[in-house]
Amino acid sequence: MKKILVLFAIFTSFFFLAGTNAKACELNNSVPVTSLSAGFDAWKVVTSAMEECGNFTPTLDQEYRDKLVASLESNPSQFTMAGVSASTNVSVLDAGVTRPLDDLVAKYGDSLQDNQKIVIDGKIMAIAMMTNAQHLFYREDILSDLGIDIPTTYDELLKAAKVIKDAGVVDYPLGGTFKSGWNLGEEFVNMYLGFADSFFDGNMPAVNNNDGYETLKMMKKLTEYMDPEYLTSDSTYVQQQFQQGKIALANLWASRAGAMDNAEESTVVGLVKFASAPKAKKNGKPASTLWWDGVVIAKNVTDEEAEAAFKLAMVGLDPANLGANPEAAPWLSNAFDPAPSNIGAILTAKSGAAPYPASAKMSTLHGVLGAAIGDYLTGAATAKATLEKIEADYITAATEKGLL
Amino acid sequence: MKKSTFLVFTMPSFIMMTLFIALPLLIVLIQSFQFNQDVLETIERENCDPFGCKTETITVPVLDENGNKIKNNIWVGFQNYKNILKFEQLSSVISNDGFEWSKIRSIDFYKALRFTLTFTFITLPFVIILGLILALCVNVLINRLKGPIIFITLLPFIITPVIGALSIKWLFIGDGILTLFLENILDKDIALFSQGWTIEILMLFYRVWHTIPFAFVIFYAGLQTVDKEKIEAAFVDGANRLQRLRFIIIPHIMPLIVFVALIHLMDSYRVFDEIVGFSASGFRISLQWMTYDFLRIDDSGTRSIGRASATSVLTMIGIIIILIPVLRRTFKEQKEKRL
Repeated sequence: MKKILVLFAIFTSFFFLAGTNAKACELNNSVPVTSLSAGFDAWKVVTSAMEECGNFTPTLDQEYRDKLVASLESNPSQFTMAGVSASTNVSVLDAGVTRPLDDLVAKYGDSLQDNQKIVIDGKIMAIAMMTNAQHLFYREDILSDLGIDIPTTYDELLKAAKVIKDAGVVDYPLGGTFKSGWNLGEEFVNMYLGFADSFFDGNMPAVNNNDGYETLKMMKKLTEYMDPEYLTSDSTYVQQQFQQGKIALANLWASRAGAMDNAEESTVVGLVKFASAPKAKKNGKPASTLWWDGVVIAKNVTDEEAEAAFKLAMVGLDPANLGANPEAAPWLSNAFDPAPSNIGAILTAKSGAAPYPASAKMSTLHGVLGAAIGDYLTGAATAKATLEKIEADYITAATEKGLL
Repeated sequence: MKKSTFLVFTMPSFIMMTLFIALPLLIVLIQSFQFNQDVLETIERENCDPFGCKTETITVPVLDENGNKIKNNIWVGFQNYKNILKFEQLSSVISNDGFEWSKIRSIDFYKALRFTLTFTFITLPFVIILGLILALCVNVLINRLKGPIIFITLLPFIITPVIGALSIKWLFIGDGILTLFLENILDKDIALFSQGWTIEILMLFYRVWHTIPFAFVIFYAGLQTVDKEKIEAAFVDGANRLQRLRFIIIPHIMPLIVFVALIHLMDSYRVFDEIVGFSASGFRISLQWMTYDFLRIDDSGTRSIGRASATSVLTMIGIIIILIPVLRRTFKEQKEKRL
């Protein structure tokens, strides 16, 4: 007899940075504080500075979104604070599990800039620390050897990929975060926004059109130049492909740029450069979405715990700490100059990429996209059937949630 | 035994079974006929983030005075089942284009069912036959070797399924050691995770490798109870090794073979760990994986409990159908014995 066991989440791991670059904390924290966040470099920088203050236990988990709402919903909350992104912030906001931070910001938030405050209906609900976007990573040495200009559109990118493939200098010209599920959905979202502006027409999905068709076709063309195992390839995998010199071009997260020059892991130190995400149409906007990542504090904790958590967060987000690790992410702080590795995100934002259109509807569509597109890429379904399936699956899921 | 004594002895397990098996099953069944929704309202919300401020009209859950989402269970009859089984789409595929598998495959449920059934029935004979061969081999070893060999044979079974699947994946994915080794031998580029059938074979192989020890241990125990005199008598009568196996040993351990088959059918119909461990969901999904996927919270903080329950119920029905022949056989034997 069986009852479903939601078996596990693969914890990508608990990372602890040796505290070499974080200065010892002046704050002596006596209240136990816990946090849940994603596990990329930026979070390691922030949480390891907070750990110096004592009594702080971070959980760094790339699959954090699976347990975010459920763990904050319980009373008392399983985590005092959490790291969220533009999209997961909507889920905690909708569930009403985070608290307004206005009082705490007034008391302890002197170091914050206005653009770090996520204000919902006049109340500060989260503190953003960085922006993030998928943008072009390229091997400068390979492009200049082969006389290729930095691609600014996807058509140019495909041409460049062909030249690189013919030259045979790397295993695969392109990398891509095409792992089925959230990653693949995000790739569609990025590319689609390069062709069109909106995913919805009122409440109904509006991707079953020519733009959707073009998006799918472009994604398939890209996969022809990728490692054929692309449906299992997530951000970490693409990062490693770059570090091991196996790929020459990819549209990868800005938060991964710092790792390219990490001499302990990378064999291509100094060779990977960054540019804006390519455009899908010649005069369009970059096929990418802008994200922010930041900190929220749970509602179901005591005021004392919330205060301690906020004070700790201010230590983690202190411009001095971020400024010591400028390569880890495109930090929002203006207190120091951005690192060269942040240039891709800045250029992408400047060329007009759209913010990720986070909402309950969008999250539902995102999930449907991530599950449906794999069959098209492997050739098991046609583009037309895939777009119809996306629409039908969205309607089923949205009806079930009461969104329609 | 007196009736009251019998009741006292069985009551604890009866209560436990009601609480932990019957009740959850009932709840799943009820949920499969419901939509579990948040009560929603459409509001205008001003949202300022690092990219600027905008006022948007959005749909958000209504919160009660304690700040919790108000949940609403709506009876929807068989809607969840319809959403999964998609009979209309199925019938239109069959009537319009003749029987076209690739179109049916685009409906998740049939894709998952196809894989689940293949997985269950292909692994079954391998597990039983290889398990039996292993048991027979170990049985003729000298006593000093038996202990260590049995221990080593059991190792694959001891490994946690997900961990085992992950380690096999890492041996083969990308430029894993074994892929590199194969590429060296065959002198061509191999990508085992770039198409469905290679992952499927890896998953089948993994399940067989993982379950053989279970079959082996059961069969080995059974072999210890084979009547030695019978074997000797057959030997004297001139029966060769194969005939002894066929006419004495196999009939003797037949109940155990049925038992192993039963457990294996139930276990492998619930195939799940392999899909996750091998990151196979882009190519192959199973019924149990569908349940898990429906239960996963998406970025909007909701899950499809209704459809998850419906797939669970369908999985359960599937297991019962598969087990019917085996169970009928067992019942018949029991009856014959009593007569």
